Amino acid sequence: MLIQIILSVFVVVALINTWQRFRSKEITGLALIVWILFWAVVVLVVWRPGLSTELANFLGVGRGADLLFYFSIALLFYLIFRLTVKMEKMERNITKLVREISYKKEDK
Amino acid sequence: MSVFVVVPAFNEEKNICPVLRDIFSLYPTFKIVVVDDGSNDNTAKEALSCGAIVLRHAINRGQGASLKTGTDYAVKKGAEIIVHFDADRQFEPREIGLMIEPILKGVAEVILGSRFLSKNNNLPWTKKKIILPLARVINFLFTGCWLSDAHNGFRVLSRRAAEILDLKQDRMAHNSEIIRLIKENKLSFKEQGVTVYYHQYGQRFSGGVKIIKDLIIGNFLK
Repeated sequence: MLIQIILSVFVVVALINTWQRFRSKEITGLALIVWILFWAVVVLVVWRPGLSTELANFLGVGRGADLLFYFSIALLFYLIFRLTVKMEKMERNITKLVREISYKKEDK
Repeated sequence: MSVFVVVPAFNEEKNICPVLRDIFSLYPTFKIVVVDDGSNDNTAKEALSCGAIVLRHAINRGQGASLKTGTDYAVKKGAEIIVHFDADRQFEPREIGLMIEPILKGVAEVILGSRFLSKNNNLPWTKKKIILPLARVINFLFTGCWLSDAHNGFRVLSRRAAEILDLKQDRMAHNSEIIRLIKENKLSFKEQGVTVYYHQYGQRFSGGVKIIKDLIIGNFLK
């Protein structure tokens, strides 16, 4: 019972934080919606623990914890992929800078 | 005819001058652009003292990046023919003339060196039998071009080809990238047998894996 209250308070704080970030234009409207949905799901699962198992069964997975586990791995893979692509983009931008500097400092 | 030879160099202080001297003695009118890719030794100084134009990458960015730096520079300076040549004495300067010829005659716009079309080569057998055949298949999968050699740093571009081929791959995957761009832009190309001296083993199997990784990631970038 106590853990449910603690987690709920945490979610409320997180939501307020997200909203403020949206107001100060640090995150986009789409990101705001995704976060709100995410925290809503967290609250639902916190107050009705059976829900995650029901959802898991619906999808053909035995336990809610297992579903969460599978989902997390998929999400992590996706995030790493995005990170790798982003890093490569950064590398290429660095190259552009290095190239421009080399032209500016050309030795004869 | 204004010919620029682009030589990417990373820590080649011992080799760079002999290479430059050989090229200059055979082709005194050519301009040589050495791109020092953030070397820790005196590569830039040596190249400068031997008469090359030197462009310096402040930090190491890879061979593909260096080639683009040099090629873009040559185009800016009015080059009509751009030669890519290695700094490690792998290639035979005497063959530059042979490589340029088809462009002068207007037969093709890109000439790619191939170590398999030349009889003079002594390749380590693991390269000949395992790494290069695999590399050729991978090249075909990524580029749609079936070539006799996979990755050969000796090539010649016409000015038009150099302007079109916008290299994005910083590291070794630029070899495959060039072939893909040739195909995409429908540039005419020709393979020419060249001599390759093996002072070092060169690209290993692990290097090949990195190239595949770079090619895949490259597909997700503009």
